Amino acid sequence: MPVVKEETVAIGSDADVVLVRQRVRRRAQELRFSLVDQTKLVTAASELARNALEHGRGGEMLLQVLEEPPRSGLRLVFVDRGPGISNVELAMKDGYTTGGGLGLGLGGAKRLVNEFAVESAPGAGTRVTVTKWH
Amino acid sequence: MDRIPILRMGEFLLVTIQVDMHDQLALTLQDDLTAQITRTGARGVLIDISSLDVVDSFIGRMLGSIASMARLMNAETVVVGMQPSVAITLVELGLTLHGIRTALNVEKGMALLRAGAARRSRA
Ligand SMILES: Nc1ncnc2c1ncn2[C@@H]1O[C@H](COP(=O)(O)OP(=O)(O)OP(=O)(O)O)[C@@H](O)[C@H]1O
Ligand SMILES: [Mg+2]
Repeated sequence: MPVVKEETVAIGSDADVVLVRQRVRRRAQELRFSLVDQTKLVTAASELARNALEHGRGGEMLLQVLEEPPRSGLRLVFVDRGPGISNVELAMKDGYTTGGGLGLGLGGAKRLVNEFAVESAPGAGTRVTVTKWH
Repeated sequence: MDRIPILRMGEFLLVTIQVDMHDQLALTLQDDLTAQITRTGARGVLIDISSLDVVDSFIGRMLGSIASMARLMNAETVVVGMQPSVAITLVELGLTLHGIRTALNVEKGMALLRAGAARRSRA
């Protein structure tokens, strides 16, 4: 699957979460995603960036523009070197949180995109990959 | 900008969120609003989010806690101007803003607040 563009955004602070939202918005606009699809992807990105920051001690987002005619897509990969998730299935459940959150981030992000994958192991960090097609 | 301005309009407070807020800015707004309600004895808070093109779980949670805190201080909260794409996304995210009243625009929100305040003074 051809990646035609790539960029990386570091996630180390609140301001970086805002930057992630802006970068994803801009790319989604360039690809002419509908406003609703833009908003869904940006919201998912915001959740995953905040997770990387709060639960994963910071990390980065890799953004890839995919061209696979006739469709194009945006793939976002959130990587951190934090404590990892010991039970991914449990973490995905709505309402499950180990912080003071609502526990909606992971499950919600999955509903907002077309493809969703979490790879994580205790002590080995977390990688969440999401793709939205247009 | 490190603070979102809070405007006083009679017995109500008006907040217009015009920037993509980072988390700390949202928390500061929450604190500032609580302080202002206490100081002014405001009966209602109107939050205009028409410029916001995303509301994630963090911002949603903040709106919810503002509303619950305001309620404890006998003030009602109305959120106005949510963009349709934001509303659709919130539903899919699974965030229900229960306990938060919403209105289409500032004018309608103000009318709701006035009606509520009148009802409560009669009671
Ligand atoms: N990158 C990560 N590293 C380590 N743990 C994570 C990571 N992302 C999520 N988790 C774990 O999964 C749980 C659920 O995540 P989710 O985003 O659904 O909810 P939350 O972040 O706790 O709350 P919310 O996102 O609603 O504010 C978290 O509480 C945390 O324990
Ligand atoms: Mg989260």
